[in-house]
Amino acid sequence: MLVIIDYGVGNLASIRNMFKKIGTEALVTNDSAKIRAAEKIVLPGVGAFDHCMTMFNASGLREIVTKKALEERTPTIGICVGLQMLTQGSEEGKEPGLGWIKGQTIRFRQDRLGNLKIPHMGWTSVRSCKSSGLTEGFSEDTRFYFVHSYHVKLDDPQDELIAAEYGMEFTAGIEKDNILGVQFHPEKSHRFGMLLLNNFLKSY
Amino acid sequence: MRRIRVIPMLLIHEGGLVKSVRFKEYRYVGDPINAVKVFNEKEVDEIVILDIDATREKRPPDFRRIREIAEEAFMPLAYGGGISTIDEAKQLFNLGVEKVVVNHTAVNNPSFVTGLARQVGSQSVVVSVDVKKNLLGKYKVFTRNGREDTGEEPVSFAKKMQDAGAGELFLNSIDHDGTYRGYDLPLIEKISGVLSIPLVACGGAARVEDFAAAVSSGASAVAAGSMFVFQRPHQAVLISYPGQKELKEKVFSHLRGK
Repeated sequence: MLVIIDYGVGNLASIRNMFKKIGTEALVTNDSAKIRAAEKIVLPGVGAFDHCMTMFNASGLREIVTKKALEERTPTIGICVGLQMLTQGSEEGKEPGLGWIKGQTIRFRQDRLGNLKIPHMGWTSVRSCKSSGLTEGFSEDTRFYFVHSYHVKLDDPQDELIAAEYGMEFTAGIEKDNILGVQFHPEKSHRFGMLLLNNFLKSY
Repeated sequence: MRRIRVIPMLLIHEGGLVKSVRFKEYRYVGDPINAVKVFNEKEVDEIVILDIDATREKRPPDFRRIREIAEEAFMPLAYGGGISTIDEAKQLFNLGVEKVVVNHTAVNNPSFVTGLARQVGSQSVVVSVDVKKNLLGKYKVFTRNGREDTGEEPVSFAKKMQDAGAGELFLNSIDHDGTYRGYDLPLIEKISGVLSIPLVACGGAARVEDFAAAVSSGASAVAAGSMFVFQRPHQAVLISYPGQKELKEKVFSHLRGK
């Protein structure tokens, strides 16, 4: 069963809708027993970093989700702030991140963007940085919908899976063993989002 | 390559999809859910849906209908019409709406925008700014579907909404709406000049080239209604959306870093 973690934050209906569209019933839940049985996990997140971390910590689900991801190696994908939560922390807040991936979440620097605006909001082309099941079928047309002011900066370039450009190149997706994350919103990226989520279902 | 968002704007009136000319002369163009399905197939960047009856009828958004629409929207969906409380906005997000568009409540009470942005994040809060020239030829902000002059001057109003916490402004030129005259470029230039948040230009688009002109004048994204639901010259109802190749050639390739 594919489980979308419901810790009180995020666009859960959109993610569930998109999985339904590609033929999979995802379970949106905060029930630890059901999470314990999950075969795959989606960690959503929108809004402020500290709000997401605080809600996740308070949900009582952090321990079980961590066990699933780090000990049982259940394929787990973070979306948007869900990706940023995988890092060690964010310039946006004071709460520590989960630290499953070595690196920080940092703000776009206006001086690197010229007159591009923050947040980065809209559709942007991406490229796959390494061979992976998640990015199978990506082409030069592949684009995703982004809304964010912060992005991930990895310690180990090997963990970078997807790169995109907004004034400068930044990390738009990561993969380290069974831990995955994307900065964009596959659930709102029609054909390309369907491809990516389908890849997550079939390759992991 | 830099892209800009090209956004179909759909109006809901008496349960159906309509398109206006200068915020009047509403013409039925079809079923909203069906239209969203067609726009899905055309892989549009984003959709804005405005229920133009809700505020006038003093009722909240039609959540059941919006749920049906959201379930068919695999692109970002913005909804506006009748949102007067933060709880209503939150309900919309739970249904799968990405952004809420506020107008009447924001005009009357800018602090509503502040409270909303604080709770849901400013990137999800869009204020629509409906502008028309008054009898003296001065730009003024209107509300209630263009029927009520707020007396506000657009540039200072836009700045006020930005300061209140809006993440984006949706600028609708009432005089250009449905007229195929192209966007009101001087208006876009005036307002975008004072903003650090994105401005979405709407009203008057006839051709893809108009998008590039709006962006050159300072818009961060463009929206259109008539252009995407009618086929000229006979105004037959036909949903369309430019292909990526055309957008690249006529718009994206002309953009600079703005």
